[in-house]
Amino acid sequence: MSAPVIRFTGVGLTYPGPPPVPALRPCDLVIERGELVTVVGPSGSGKSTFLNVAGLLDRPTEGRYELDGIDTGILRDRERTSLRGRRIGFVFQSFHLLDNRSAEENVMLSMLYHRVPAAERRSRAREALGRVGLDHRRTAMPRTMSGGERQRVAIARALVTRPSLLLCDEPTGALDTATAAGVLAMLEELHAGGLTVVVITHDPAVAARGRRTISIRDGVAA
Amino acid sequence: MTERIELSAISPRDLIGEALAGILQRPGRSLLTCLGTVLGVGAFVAVLGLTATASGQIGSRFNALVATEVTVEDSGKTDPDLVPTPFPPDADARLARVNGVVGGGVYWPVPAAGAPVRAAPVGDAAMGRNIPVMAVTPGLFTAVAPRMTAGRTFDAYHEGAGAQVAVLGAGIARQLGITSLSTRPAVFIGEVPYRVIGIADQVRRMPALLLTVMIPSGSAPVIGAAPGDERPKMLIATELGAARQVAAEVPRALRPDAPDTLTALPPPDPRELRDEVDGDLGSLFLMLAGVCLVIGAVGIANTTLVAVLERVGEIGLRRSVGARGIHIAAQFLAESGVLGALGGLFGCSIGVVAVVTTAAVKGWTPIAEPLTVALAPLIGLAAGLLAGAYPAYRAARIEPVEALRR
Repeated sequence: MSAPVIRFTGVGLTYPGPPPVPALRPCDLVIERGELVTVVGPSGSGKSTFLNVAGLLDRPTEGRYELDGIDTGILRDRERTSLRGRRIGFVFQSFHLLDNRSAEENVMLSMLYHRVPAAERRSRAREALGRVGLDHRRTAMPRTMSGGERQRVAIARALVTRPSLLLCDEPTGALDTATAAGVLAMLEELHAGGLTVVVITHDPAVAARGRRTISIRDGVAA
Repeated sequence: MTERIELSAISPRDLIGEALAGILQRPGRSLLTCLGTVLGVGAFVAVLGLTATASGQIGSRFNALVATEVTVEDSGKTDPDLVPTPFPPDADARLARVNGVVGGGVYWPVPAAGAPVRAAPVGDAAMGRNIPVMAVTPGLFTAVAPRMTAGRTFDAYHEGAGAQVAVLGAGIARQLGITSLSTRPAVFIGEVPYRVIGIADQVRRMPALLLTVMIPSGSAPVIGAAPGDERPKMLIATELGAARQVAAEVPRALRPDAPDTLTALPPPDPRELRDEVDGDLGSLFLMLAGVCLVIGAVGIANTTLVAVLERVGEIGLRRSVGARGIHIAAQFLAESGVLGALGGLFGCSIGVVAVVTTAAVKGWTPIAEPLTVALAPLIGLAAGLLAGAYPAYRAARIEPVEALRR
């Protein structure tokens, strides 16, 4: 039996004041391997804080966070960084692609810091681009791509390291409805393939696509 | 449960690759950023190369003849009216006892007034001409090594006896209509006849001698001549490398009673000459080169800092895919280092071209220290790394949470 991907035990984050701001109230939460979970809430509700904590970008001020059964609280910064790079794939609202690199090079970038030889980086990037249906756009520059294509490159970049968790922050926020549907369908497909996917959104329609939905309001997750 | 987490790492090759990609992202800006370093390193190489080239030129003019020549002058300590010459009558003999001396003699121009030189006492040839007469001691001929077209030079006997003999320069002989010694010609200085015993057409030193009538200084009293306003001097030829030592010893050897009446002028020390050139030009221009380099470094620092702020999103992304702060710092350092090194390389080339061009125009031999040329790109690299230090530090400190918020 494998450990859950995410296990929060009384995890909370309070920004030190004055006055102290409780961005995320202590909560218990388990996301099992292979789940598709949506996290929904209005802006300012603590969604971003949840993302930062779950994505190892920020340290919780209380509680215990286990990722793949590893207690992240006792890790040093360099270990957290490495764990983040290997176990978590990020998909951002604004894509965060490097404009002067081709789609393939952008995907290769996420293996740059993991001692993967250059030739293997390239072959794995091709494979990942194939999975998101962008075989024909390998050498395209982001500037020449549509929003949907760019987001799919970003998804390929997140996938290519074979992460335990795909953490998507408003993945459809910058896309029109039709394109957004395509991206969501792709995330569902990846979930169907066994990947754990967490989508953070303020859009109830997107939230409804989750097999399970966690809503956050005023820092309280439920 | 404890699992060993393999730490993030990046190979130097990948690091350089990322740096180059970062630089090529904005080629125009990178080029402009380089410019300061190009100018700084270029100036550095050009200055060192040009000073070396110029010094080499001085070195080639500074030949063996000059290096073995010592001139002894009246130091002006005595009144010329009371003491006609500071040199002793046996100056040649005293000089010969100094180690390293090849030969040397005293010379002084006979004051022209009242003593025109004629080839015959009467007739056409009797026209007086203002031909300079030089009273010399025979040792001078050893120093100047004349090439005789006819006859011989006078010697210690003529000097001691005050013999009325003369050696002419070839040009002077032609002016006076003397072409052969077989007729036993004579010249008249005033009314006093001097037998011409030799004609010289070349000398190794003091070419002005060829335009004079040379008589033994021992015979000067015969025509009532004494050193005038132009004081007697001594020319000494030395062994190679002995000149400075000879110059130090000669005043005492000639005038042990009053060595300070004589001043010996050694040839300039070639090392000092070079130092002088290096010192004068070099320090000024090297300072300018340093200023250029500092400006270049500040330019790189400025651009890199702007780039860091522009690329916060990229920094955040790299952090999210596992880059540690030190990897971010290393990337920006590598970028500024590569910029600096490229600038240094380019500047070095320009500097070398400048040196070669200048040398070609002046007809000199271009000289550049290999060390300078090899060091120049490294100076650029160092400037780049130094300039990148602060921006890289800033970049490393950017929190991924902040960076990804955009």
